[in-house]
Amino acid sequence: MELNVNGKTHQVDVEDDMPLLWVLRDELGITGVKYGCGIAQCGACTVHVDGVAVRSCQMSAGDVDGDITTIEGLGMPDALHAVQSAWVEHQVAQCGYCQSGQIMQAASFLDLNSEPSDDQIDEAMSGNLCRCGTYPRIRAAVKTAAAKLQET
Amino acid sequence: MGRIKTIARRSFLIGSAAIVGGVAFGAYMVKRDIENPLLADAAAGDAVFNPWVKINADGITLVTPHTDLGQGATAMQAMLIAEELDVDIDQVTTTPGAPAAAYYNTALAGETVPFRSNDNSFAAETMRSTMGAVMKVLGAQVTGGSSSVPDSFDKLRQAGAVARETLKAAAAEETGLDISELTTERAAVVLPDGTRIEYTSLAARAAEMDAVTDVPLRDPSQWRLIGKPAQRLDIAAKSTGTQIYSIDLRVDGMVHASVRMNPRKGAPMLGFDASAAEGMRGVSQVVELPYGVAVIADNTWRAFRALEEIEIDWEKAPYPAEQADHWAEVEASFVKDRLDKEWRNDGNVEDALSGGDVVEAEYRAPYVAHQPLEPLSAVVKVTADRVDIWAAHQLPRYVQQRAAARLDMDEEQIFFHSQFAGGSFGHRLEFDNIDVAVDVAAKVPGTPVKLTFRREEDFVQDYNRQIGMARGRGAHADGKVTALDLDIATVSSSRSQSNRLGVPVPGPDTQIAAGAWNMRYAVPNLRVRAYAVPELAPTSSWRSVGASTAGFFAESFLDELIHAAGADPMEERLRLANDPDARAVLEAVAEMSNWGSPLGPRQGRGVALVTSFGVPVAEVVEVTDTDDGIKIDRVWLAAEVGRVVDPVTFNNVAVGGVIWGLGHAMNSEITYSDGSAEQDNFHMAEGMRLYQCPVIEVRALENNPTVRGIGEPPVPPAAPALANAIFAATGTRLREMPFFNIVDFV
Repeated sequence: MELNVNGKTHQVDVEDDMPLLWVLRDELGITGVKYGCGIAQCGACTVHVDGVAVRSCQMSAGDVDGDITTIEGLGMPDALHAVQSAWVEHQVAQCGYCQSGQIMQAASFLDLNSEPSDDQIDEAMSGNLCRCGTYPRIRAAVKTAAAKLQET
Repeated sequence: MGRIKTIARRSFLIGSAAIVGGVAFGAYMVKRDIENPLLADAAAGDAVFNPWVKINADGITLVTPHTDLGQGATAMQAMLIAEELDVDIDQVTTTPGAPAAAYYNTALAGETVPFRSNDNSFAAETMRSTMGAVMKVLGAQVTGGSSSVPDSFDKLRQAGAVARETLKAAAAEETGLDISELTTERAAVVLPDGTRIEYTSLAARAAEMDAVTDVPLRDPSQWRLIGKPAQRLDIAAKSTGTQIYSIDLRVDGMVHASVRMNPRKGAPMLGFDASAAEGMRGVSQVVELPYGVAVIADNTWRAFRALEEIEIDWEKAPYPAEQADHWAEVEASFVKDRLDKEWRNDGNVEDALSGGDVVEAEYRAPYVAHQPLEPLSAVVKVTADRVDIWAAHQLPRYVQQRAAARLDMDEEQIFFHSQFAGGSFGHRLEFDNIDVAVDVAAKVPGTPVKLTFRREEDFVQDYNRQIGMARGRGAHADGKVTALDLDIATVSSSRSQSNRLGVPVPGPDTQIAAGAWNMRYAVPNLRVRAYAVPELAPTSSWRSVGASTAGFFAESFLDELIHAAGADPMEERLRLANDPDARAVLEAVAEMSNWGSPLGPRQGRGVALVTSFGVPVAEVVEVTDTDDGIKIDRVWLAAEVGRVVDPVTFNNVAVGGVIWGLGHAMNSEITYSDGSAEQDNFHMAEGMRLYQCPVIEVRALENNPTVRGIGEPPVPPAAPALANAIFAATGTRLREMPFFNIVDFV
């Protein structure tokens, strides 16, 4: 089957029911997307399909019907997305393992809601677990990113 | 080759050595307490030179041997070296280096305290308790016990200073100038006329010289980096998905594997039928192991899926199958022959509790899993004469030793490549991922194997926090707490862990009553006794170890006594505090939280003070009892740590410790049924989620001259401060974790 990931088309030969997560990680070597729980409880595997955040551990490869963006496609160290630069500015990460998913969740959320309230931020970000407990910095970074995105 | 000179007041020496095209500065471990045979391991590395600073024409490399578990150890270590070396972080590369005895943890080893092992004086026991029984014996390269900062603080600055002064000596020799005319900045020696000679161009000459070892450390007033907000080195990578963890590694020719082990931990497999799995797409091999089955495949998911198709017959658990029987064993442990140690006996508790009103209460703390978000993984390649292991681990030399023993090879043939960890919290002190990956890779020599645990496997194979109970009796008079008698019975996670390591710890387990017996209060009649519950399900060090349970027991029961006495929880703690640091952290959180100011309806404040790993931490929690459940509104924390290296990371880690302590106290436990853990993914043990997270304010105090770590000490006060706040708001006293079995949370 054919998958468009980060603007590039890939041919993959996988079972229809292989989760997108494992197509990305093991077939295409795109490892910014993380395996955390496999049951949509932690959000570490969050990617965008046509700009909307999805849990790639729950989306079968055969069901993908749009362009996929992973953290690598959002921005890189020399060309950060506004959400990523807010994450850097607030030094959100500790171990960092959940942060790809957090950032992809936040980017999709802010794309849909450019002026979120505190409660909306809490609701949107609560499906993503952070075992290190960086939540206060995530909240602050989402607000900073929202402000930056409004300026542009 | 540089000659080594003694730095008299330290147990390590820093010298220099020639390396290919340059120079390396580092340490020999030479001074050893011969009365402790547990340190004999260090001899293996005696002749090996192990640098922290390597400079050649290509650049400057700082070696940061403490494992980065997310706590910022890499950046912290680099910062300490850079402070004295006069380099900036953008000019260097860092590497964890190869495991070595010279990276022996001088802050954790009991031998570095000024007491002999047979000294059972109060002072000696106090110091040892901060290290933990397990850590005491490891005597090697260890990341744990909140020791990375205390271990590194002097040593790495010294390494930087020795390198700097030697490079200046090389510049003096090269230019004919006197060394006193030279200064250093941004990786260069600067001549009086402003000419810069880069360190990299001085390296070859420096390698031929004696290291300048007698270098005083700079006064704190001269520090450029320490104590100032820093940009962590790994932040950009961790914000762009480019940080590679061991689970992400790709090695040429690598295959993927996963495993199912007996969920009744420690018991073998009786038999299995893998016929359904063997023909599955991508599956190349089903590997029988004594303790379970692994599948090798061309994709992790294919390995996972094949594992689910294997029928396995497991042996019964070597511990009680049902949770009720675990509790029964704990309940039966408050008896004389299970007394591990009477840690404290001030005044006369028996007299004080005979006659008059006695307050009694019983507390419980469950097993809890670690479950960092990166599942256990490792990449291993086994060949006839060399083994490579890529993983994140807190005990890298033990990884080498275990792999060597499993494969009947020499430690020198085991090459460990330390990786950044996707969290640990004590999880990566254990070896299941290493052992299994080595066993599986040994079946396919020459082929690198990446082993990934399914989350469900990671949960059921976790070595949980100790289960335990406490029974408290106490008395009060004239509005004051007069007697506190606390009996604590837990399994010994330290013994469970050290026995598995093959280095059993003699003497009492310092962790069973940690955070309780060392309470910094002068209750006139105070007794704390620790009882050791015999091993049940295997347990291990969980962020803050014993203090996470004993601190909950002690500070909750003290709170009960204070309320019974009709006193104010903060005022009475301040009255009882018998140590200036303890008073200071209490006063700080009282001020920060505006303790005593009016609260809204159905609101409450609770306070707790627990000392662990030498750090007294006070926390105030403020809650509201809403119609949807308890909402944690705010938390204030003050900790005495001597010196903060990087205030940004300090804040992040301290806040994370509060969240760790609160979240697990709210909703996380592991219970056993049919010999297996019943909780196998985050929906059954989720910790705190973002919407539940309070506003958290942190203050570091730097009054004490001893520099301490902050990884664990914020955890123990969180649970009792929350329970005390909920009591204040609702009148319900929570005596068992997790609290969600008793009250609802929003």
